[in-house]
Amino acid sequence: MAKVKESPWVLHYDGSSCNGCDIEVLASLTPVYDAERFGVVNTGDPLQADILLITGGINTQNLSVVKQLYDQMPRPKVVVAVGTCACTGGIFKECYNILGGADKAVPVDIYVPGCAARPQSIIDGIVQAVELFQKRSDEHDAAVAAAKSGTQAK
Amino acid sequence: MSKVICPPNVLEEIRLDELLKRVIELKHEGLRLAQACAAYAQGKLELSYSFANDETYELTTLRVIADVDEEVPSITEIIPAAVFYENEMKEMFDVKIQQLSLDYDKKLYRIEEDAPLLPESVKEERRAAAAAAGDAAQAAEEEKKEEAQD
Amino acid sequence: MGKRSVVPFGPQHPVLPEPVHLDLVIEDEKIVEAVPSIGFVHRGLESLIAKKDYNEMVYVAERTCGICSFMHGMAYVESIESIMNVEVPDRAKFLRTIWAEMSRIHSHLLWLGLLADAFGYESLFYQCWRIRENVLDLIELSTGGRVIFSVNKVGGVIKDMDSDMLAHFLRELDKIEEEIREIQKTFLLDYSVETRLKGVGYLSKQQAHDLGCVGPFGRASGLPSDTRTRGYEAYPQIDFEPIVSEIGDSYARCECRILELYQSIDIIRQAIAKIPDGELSVQVKGNPDGEVFTRVEQPRGEAIYYVKGEGKANLNRLRIRTPTFANLPGLCETLKGADYADVPILILTIDPCISCTER
Repeated sequence: MAKVKESPWVLHYDGSSCNGCDIEVLASLTPVYDAERFGVVNTGDPLQADILLITGGINTQNLSVVKQLYDQMPRPKVVVAVGTCACTGGIFKECYNILGGADKAVPVDIYVPGCAARPQSIIDGIVQAVELFQKRSDEHDAAVAAAKSGTQAK
Repeated sequence: MSKVICPPNVLEEIRLDELLKRVIELKHEGLRLAQACAAYAQGKLELSYSFANDETYELTTLRVIADVDEEVPSITEIIPAAVFYENEMKEMFDVKIQQLSLDYDKKLYRIEEDAPLLPESVKEERRAAAAAAGDAAQAAEEEKKEEAQD
Repeated sequence: MGKRSVVPFGPQHPVLPEPVHLDLVIEDEKIVEAVPSIGFVHRGLESLIAKKDYNEMVYVAERTCGICSFMHGMAYVESIESIMNVEVPDRAKFLRTIWAEMSRIHSHLLWLGLLADAFGYESLFYQCWRIRENVLDLIELSTGGRVIFSVNKVGGVIKDMDSDMLAHFLRELDKIEEEIREIQKTFLLDYSVETRLKGVGYLSKQQAHDLGCVGPFGRASGLPSDTRTRGYEAYPQIDFEPIVSEIGDSYARCECRILELYQSIDIIRQAIAKIPDGELSVQVKGNPDGEVFTRVEQPRGEAIYYVKGEGKANLNRLRIRTPTFANLPGLCETLKGADYADVPILILTIDPCISCTER
C-alpha cells in the first residue's frame, strides 16, 4: 500500500470540452512540463486509476459515462475538474445540452480554473490531488486497521 | 504567385419536387457534396445543399423552402455520404426526411430535448395541435365506450 | 464465413484523447462494418446565437475546438465581414495568415505524436510534442494564449507583431524545421513504421470524391482540393501548391501532413517577408443582414461556415460544418475490410477532432 501512495495513477476523461484543456492535460504529461516527476502515471484503465481528471462540462449523454468511470475506480479516489467548463459549465453553460460542471455527476475535490487551463495550473492541481490522495489513503489504512483489530478483539 | 480563382458562390432556389432531379444532375457534373443544413426563417424551413467543384472552387447551393411539417425526400440514395447531414437536420430541426438509408431516428447526438434549434413558438403550436388531437381521440374513445355500454 | 460479432469501441479508449463510440461488426479478425455513434461531446453551441450578439460569438466560435481554435474564429469573422462588406486592412490579413499557419504546424505535430503513440513509439511521441511546445511558445509570445488565442475581432485583429518579433519567428522557425527533418526520418523511412502504415486503409480517388472527403485525408487519395487556393486572407499573395499524393493509404496521409509542415513554414516566411505596415482593424457599425457560405482550410480540411443574419445584433443561424464531420463516411469506408488491430491507426489517420464535429 505504501508504494501506491507515492505513485497514484491518473485517468483522463474528456467530458464535453472544446479539446483545449485535453491537449493541455496531455502536454503537462509530456517531457516539457512532465507532471510524471511528481509520481503520477497516466493510464487508460479506470480499474487501476486513483485520480480522475475531468475536462469539459457534463451533458446528458456523458453523465452516465463519467459516473461509471468514477464507480469503477478503487477507493480512495480523488477527482480534479480541469478548466472553466469542468468547474462551472463555462461559456457553454447556457447551451441546451449542458447540465453544468463536473460536480453535477461526481463529487469534485479540486477545481483548476482557466480557459484553457495552463499546464502550470494543471500540474498544481495534480500535486494537490496527490497530497489529498495520500491523506485519504492514510485515513483508509487507519480505518482498515481499526476494523481488523476490532474483529480480532471479538 | 499561386493560381487564385475565387468565383462567387452560386445560390439556386428550387422547388421541393425538383430537389432529387437537380442533385442527380450536379452529381453527374462531378461535384462533391460539401454540406447540407437547415435553417428556420419566417415560419418556413430553409434547406441548403451545397456542392463544391474541386477544380474551380465554385460552391453551388441548392435552396429548398419547405413547410415545417412537409415531408422531404432523402438524397442518401443518390449520395450515401449525405447520411450524417440529413440525420443532423432531422434531429436539430425535426425535418421530416423520408427514406434515409441509415436512420438514427433522432439518436445521432442523442439530445434529450426534441428539435433544439426549432423556435419555441413552433413547438408550442405542435404541442397544442397534438393535445387537441389527443383530446379528440379521447373523446372518440369515450364515445365508443358509451356506445358499447349502451 | 466466420461468425459475426459486434465489438464496441470507446467512448473511453487509451488511444483516443476524445470520446467517440464505434460499433464494429467483425468476422474473425476482419471488420465488416463500422457504425459510429457520436454525441458525447455535443454542447449545442450553435444555439448560443440567441443569447450572445455577433461580436461576442467570436469567442464562442473560437471554442468550437481547442486545436484549430484560431481558424474557427477566423472563419467566423470572415463570414461576418463578407456579409457586412468590411474591407480588412492588409496587415491584419497577413497576421491572420501567419497565426493560421502556426496553428496548422502545431496541429500536425500533435497528430504526428498521437500517431507515433498509436503504433507504439513512445519516445517519438514525446519528441513530436517537444517540438510542438516550441511552436506554442512562439504563439504565446505573440498572442498571450497557448491554445485559445482570441486575437480575432470583426474588422481585424487585436494584437500586432513588431519587427523584432517577426525576426525572432524566422530564427525559431529555422530551428523547428531542422528538428522536423530529424523526426521525418523515423516516420517515413523506419521499417516497422512502414509495415504498420503502408497499404493500410486504402481509399481510391473516386471513393474519396463520392464520400466527400476533405483535407489531407482526401489529398492523400488524390483529391486536389485545398481551400487555401480559393484565396482568402493573404493567401492570394503567397506562392504555394496543394500537396497531393495518389497513393491513398495511411502512409500517404502521414507523408502529406509532414510535407504540409514544410509548406506552412514556407508560407509563414513568405508572409513575414511581404507583410505591409498599417492599421490592425477598422470600425464596424451596424448589424449583419444577409447570408454567406465561407470556406477555410483547417488542419483537418475544409470547414464551411454558414452565417445568416437578419439585421439584428443576434444572428438567425450559424452552422459550422467541420472537416471531421465530412470525413466520417470516409472513415467508415476505410474501416471495412481492415484488421481489428489496425482500427486505432485508421481512426487516427483522418485526424479526428470530435469536439469540432459535435459542437
